Amino acid sequence: MRTVRASAIASILALSAAVFAPQQTTPSGQSPAPSERPARPVPDPAIPGERTAQPAENPQRPAGTPQAATPQTGGTAPLVSNPYPSTYAPLPSQTTVIRNATILTAAGPVIERGSLLLQGGKIAAVGEAVTAPADARIIDAAGRWVTPGIIDTHSHLGVYPAPGVAAVDDGNEMTSPNTAEVWAEHSIWPQDPQFDLALMGGVTTMQILPGSANLFGGRGVTVKNVPSRTEQGMKFPGAPYSLKMACGENPKRVYGGRNSSPQTRMGNVAGYRRAWIAAAEYRDNFRRWRENGSDPTKRPERNLQMETLAGVLSGEILVHNHCYRADEMAVMIDIAKEFGYRISSFHHAVEAYKVRDLLLANNICASMWADWWGFKLEAFDGIRENIALVDAAKGCAIVHSDDPNGIQRLNQEAAKAMRAGRDAGLTIGPADAVRWLTINPARALGIDKMTGSLETGKGADVVIWSADPFSVYSRAEQVFIDGALLFDRSDPQTYPLRDFAAGTTQQGDVR
Amino acid sequence: MRVAAPLLLVLTLGSPAVFMPPAAMDATVPKGSRTLASFHAPGAGRGQRVVAPATVAAAPAGETVAIINARVLPVSGPALERGMVLIANGKIAAVGASVALPEGARVIDATGKVVTPGWLESATQLGIVEIPSSAEGTADQTTSDPGLSAAFSVVDAFNGDTTLIPVTRVEGITRAVVMPAGNHVLVGQGAVIDLSGAQAPEAITRAPAAMFAQLGEAGAAAEGGSRASAMLRLREALQDALDFARNRLAWNAAQRHPYTRGRLDLEALGPVVRGELPLAVQANRASDLLAALRLAQEFKLKLILMGAAEGWRVADQIAAQKVPVVIKPLTNIPSFDALGATLENAARLSKAGVALVLSSFETHNARNLRQEAGNAISYGLDRDAALRAVTLTPAEVWGIAARYGSLEPGKDADVVVWSGDPFELTTGPEHVFIKGHEMSKDTRQRRLLERYRTIR
Repeated sequence: MRTVRASAIASILALSAAVFAPQQTTPSGQSPAPSERPARPVPDPAIPGERTAQPAENPQRPAGTPQAATPQTGGTAPLVSNPYPSTYAPLPSQTTVIRNATILTAAGPVIERGSLLLQGGKIAAVGEAVTAPADARIIDAAGRWVTPGIIDTHSHLGVYPAPGVAAVDDGNEMTSPNTAEVWAEHSIWPQDPQFDLALMGGVTTMQILPGSANLFGGRGVTVKNVPSRTEQGMKFPGAPYSLKMACGENPKRVYGGRNSSPQTRMGNVAGYRRAWIAAAEYRDNFRRWRENGSDPTKRPERNLQMETLAGVLSGEILVHNHCYRADEMAVMIDIAKEFGYRISSFHHAVEAYKVRDLLLANNICASMWADWWGFKLEAFDGIRENIALVDAAKGCAIVHSDDPNGIQRLNQEAAKAMRAGRDAGLTIGPADAVRWLTINPARALGIDKMTGSLETGKGADVVIWSADPFSVYSRAEQVFIDGALLFDRSDPQTYPLRDFAAGTTQQGDVR
Repeated sequence: MRVAAPLLLVLTLGSPAVFMPPAAMDATVPKGSRTLASFHAPGAGRGQRVVAPATVAAAPAGETVAIINARVLPVSGPALERGMVLIANGKIAAVGASVALPEGARVIDATGKVVTPGWLESATQLGIVEIPSSAEGTADQTTSDPGLSAAFSVVDAFNGDTTLIPVTRVEGITRAVVMPAGNHVLVGQGAVIDLSGAQAPEAITRAPAAMFAQLGEAGAAAEGGSRASAMLRLREALQDALDFARNRLAWNAAQRHPYTRGRLDLEALGPVVRGELPLAVQANRASDLLAALRLAQEFKLKLILMGAAEGWRVADQIAAQKVPVVIKPLTNIPSFDALGATLENAARLSKAGVALVLSSFETHNARNLRQEAGNAISYGLDRDAALRAVTLTPAEVWGIAARYGSLEPGKDADVVVWSGDPFELTTGPEHVFIKGHEMSKDTRQRRLLERYRTIR
């Protein structure tokens, strides 16, 4: 945990925990609050596709829906404007066949000794045998495992970069309980060396979120984990924006501590409702203006905060809601119904197991830790079976990190959650657990038509592991993003190196 | 004889404490004890208070248990592929390929299993912290009183009923170093505890086990804003302690110069400057580690380095001075306090011959020590060295090796039977013994699982 962060909350935690931690990364004593570090945001994964605010008619696993921002016809043009478009272009790739691998597709059973064809940046074929084009590079992956690239729904890389000092403490605009007007992408430092470490852990896509101090923390953005001089160069083309919301202790502590609102959980709820009422009115004003001919002289005044909230109401922006307690998740679900929006994912959701039926019925994902608990009261009921129980209830279970250490080992976090489920008597195999890391987060982020599983036509975001990825000894050996080989452990020339690491004492893991 | 039924901590979701009889799932508990299931029989509806599980209150003598057919890793000697471990009277009675089975011994057939000593977590706040950031009154790891920062002893705040201990010991950790924290250069005296759930003094294996201090970034933040001012304040405290110890009578007669610390701190530092009590210093940057090594030479201290994220860069100097190092293996994010942090730190220190201890530096998730050690192996640390780094080496470093740390006859029977490779993520302990008593698998988290196994 970054003890250095200059936030009121951080300092509280720092006092208690970090004293002996070897440097910022260690949570010490009670570190677990890394992300939760009050000042830090907690993510919200979004469920793709679902635009309706009503509970899904069919509470089965929603087959993710595509999503990309489609302007509504209701006259909300300003709501969907995107002045900062992605400039991402796939890096050069070579047609590649991976053979003899144990393949976890995240879309079906394990394929033993299977093959995968990457062509033109896409998954061109997957199965027990594929035809290799003449120009294909052949990788014999005997004894190794292949999965889709890992997707983290909750990251603060770039907005809380390393080194963790106040100068780059850009993740939490703790100046008002509603800062829906800020965008995480405008804080992202693309030279954060933590991106490299995450890549070496097999992470190909992540949602970068603002912090969780505020009821409305701002817009999140989904990025591809590629080196780039600019954030726009990492931005996942076609991924919808998200809105970070937060329940519980953080907002009431931060603002209540200043003797301002919210100071209580009821104050939190009043704050959400007040904002949604204003957003609906904002949306309606534009709608009426459109319907009346869009007279430029009578255009309602633009409001950045309202634009983001109205984007949620129109279904273009996905809600990712930091929320620990079961009862608070139930309240947030009712608020969403009251104002006609959907929650794509709850984040942290340490009590998701208590309301897993509600999450399923309302088609809401849960982005969870494998075992963080107890660092604050609303995390006291965390159990290691949480992820497995949500999954067993046919819910959308996601392993998220909210942490620059955890993001390097999300496969290990899933392994721990799998073991906990098995110990509780649940039947969970690698083909199940891999979904927590890939297709389910893709669904929450609204990008599951483009990535998240090894299916023909999807982007070739692929990881080759040295062994079963749910073993502590397994390491990502090769990582492909849109077919391009971004990292090859056997070739130091491919080791990523952000500017910061160049020329400092960088004999560590970042070369 | 049984210890009196332990008080059960009641997590206050409301009101007055409710005391319930000890629950246990464990075969060692006398008949008549209520089982976990009985707490979750119909009627234990949600919304009721959750009562923390009782510790197994076992007789001091403990039962006689023979673990047979196991792959035994004694740490003090070579592995036994099909070995036995005999536990009697709270101690390890015998370890070998075959051991005479006493009459009446409970036999655990551990075919396909692995047996190791119980593990030790070397940097935690178990028992002095419950919910650090939002439950006021539950965190005792630090004092704001700078006049007590060296005398401060975790033992006085230790709570054996904490819900964290059961959660930790079910993962095979049987001892822990509880250390203080705080915004001082000297933060106080730590202790080694066992995770039986007993209170002090029964739970205290050794106290004080070390005096804790911090240099580097943390020390600078605590003392004057610079690494240099932190070092000066630490040296001053040590000098004063030396002078105080040599001139106690004169001090009593008010004939010495004024010290910057009070009597309690100066007394606490006495064993440190006499080289009897280790000074455990947190530092990460190579230059800070070297500064600590120089300090140890100057004052002839028994130094332990904590953190040491850049330890590998000065590994030869550390090894030459025979200073042990406690590291968190999963430390690789560059900071200005440790730009050279790497997952290979453990392997490199070990290769240089440094006495290596692996630690999670966690409290609620001290149980993830296994994951830390497994990753150290994945990044080059020898497997045997990794096991030693969580058992016998920390026992030596913290001064309890005569009683704990290896499977040797006469030592306390801290023994774990693992379902497989202890370092793997998908294995786990099947039996955990502390001082000869098998620990219950019951935890508050297990109670919650049972309450919500089905949604009603």
